[in-house]
Amino acid sequence: MGGQAKGSTPFAQKHLLGLADYSAADILYVLDQAKMFREVLDRPVPKIPTLRDKTIVNLFYENSTRTRLSFELAQKRMGADVVNFSAGTSSTKKGESLKDTIRNISSMKIDMVVSRHESPGVPHFLTRCVDATIINAGDGAHEHPTQALLDMFTMRQLAPDLRGKRVVMIGDIAHSRVVRSNIIGLRKVGAEVMVCGPKSLMPLDVRSLGVEVSFDLEEALGWCDFAMALRIQMERMNGGTDLFPSLREYHELFGIKMAHLERYPDFTVMHPGPVNRGVELESDVADSDRAVILNQVTNGVAVRMAVMYLLSGGLRTG
Amino acid sequence: MKRARILSGEDLKRTYLRLAHQFLEPFDDPQSLALIGMQTRGVYIGQRISSIIEDQFGWKPDFGMLDVTFYRDDFRTKGSMPEVKASEIPFDIEERDIILIDDVFYTGRTVRSAMDALMGYGRPRSIRFCCVVDRGHRELPVMADYVGKMIPTHEREEVRVLVEELDGEDAVYVVSEPLNPSHPLNPSLQSNPNPRPSP
Repeated sequence: MGGQAKGSTPFAQKHLLGLADYSAADILYVLDQAKMFREVLDRPVPKIPTLRDKTIVNLFYENSTRTRLSFELAQKRMGADVVNFSAGTSSTKKGESLKDTIRNISSMKIDMVVSRHESPGVPHFLTRCVDATIINAGDGAHEHPTQALLDMFTMRQLAPDLRGKRVVMIGDIAHSRVVRSNIIGLRKVGAEVMVCGPKSLMPLDVRSLGVEVSFDLEEALGWCDFAMALRIQMERMNGGTDLFPSLREYHELFGIKMAHLERYPDFTVMHPGPVNRGVELESDVADSDRAVILNQVTNGVAVRMAVMYLLSGGLRTG
Repeated sequence: MKRARILSGEDLKRTYLRLAHQFLEPFDDPQSLALIGMQTRGVYIGQRISSIIEDQFGWKPDFGMLDVTFYRDDFRTKGSMPEVKASEIPFDIEERDIILIDDVFYTGRTVRSAMDALMGYGRPRSIRFCCVVDRGHRELPVMADYVGKMIPTHEREEVRVLVEELDGEDAVYVVSEPLNPSHPLNPSLQSNPNPRPSP
């Protein structure tokens, strides 16, 4: 069961700021260990006392429902004490700086901070403010490493060796930290990656990330083993229509439809959620047995448990 | 480092045979019996005993494996977190008579963790504990129901129960002045699959 990471140097990371800092061996080790945590979730009593001596702060400056829930559930499944901080209801409104906030929280003797912020680099900044372990739960359009790990975990349930597997990410490539983390992670473990979407949602330097680029959904779906549709992030796009003419047109050109599942019988449909039904995916596609969207959600808890477990080893040692 | 072989592969065969009979002794109908091997070597030892039961009685007890890392109370003093190994209990433990199997019984902390872990899977009718070697030095009020061999030891010594699959032979060694205190995986043993006892 130890998998590909066996025999390599032991996992020695203190933080998870992005997959850019992790080697292929680190990533595979986290994914292998996450299997053990996935099994815990199937036990009649899905709770283990492993982190009962740890206190974790979920520092969410940006709205998030499922990532925060997933982290919180993972923390509670492992018996950690959890404190939630969300910017909407906090002293940020009173004008306190991020640095002051984190140092105040830190003086309450916390072990780990899970950070979500609209600015890239915030988790890196936090590592310079406090001793605690920092986990990036999304920083602007930069990285969202636990999402990419759970996506890779889900792919590995179907294809244990990702080397040579083909993954296409479809949609809003320019605004997506999920894409960035997935590209970095998938490339490190040897998968081939393609991005597909309208030109207006494609970053100019996208080829520099070492991916294929396609503007044709048919080509992408014919090529891939896994098709990951990305949520159109209306909140980042002035009403959602300034970068393409209409949601209807987007669906027409880049939405995965039942006809695609019939035409290309081999690929698996993924989505990081929340799904805009009738935009990225036809409603029936989201509910079909080719979609593993709900597995991704369950796996997210297991992967986050594994990450927090592995990072809790070197706490308070600098 | 001094290493003395206490039990050979032949000795262990007889021990496992006896344990298999002892497991079944209290049962008119052993269907409720199930064996759970504790990671790592307890799994292999459990499989040995399980196949002896199958050979002798024509019936194979349900078998599972358990890793207790999540429940340990002693890893927080170390630097990095230990690798978690697979737990796999492919049957319902409700109202079953479970025998937990481990290689060395020492402080009692592992079997305490195992009992906690097992409760996460349900409520067995009973849990019994079997070890290949009981080396003493308990730190908790627990005892074994089935013992392969009692070996009084010094605390500075280590007992290693080896299994063919991982170590190249079935045997029990007592090692004094261990180089690597992370029982029972010793790199020198792994690089030399057929260690000889020191003269």
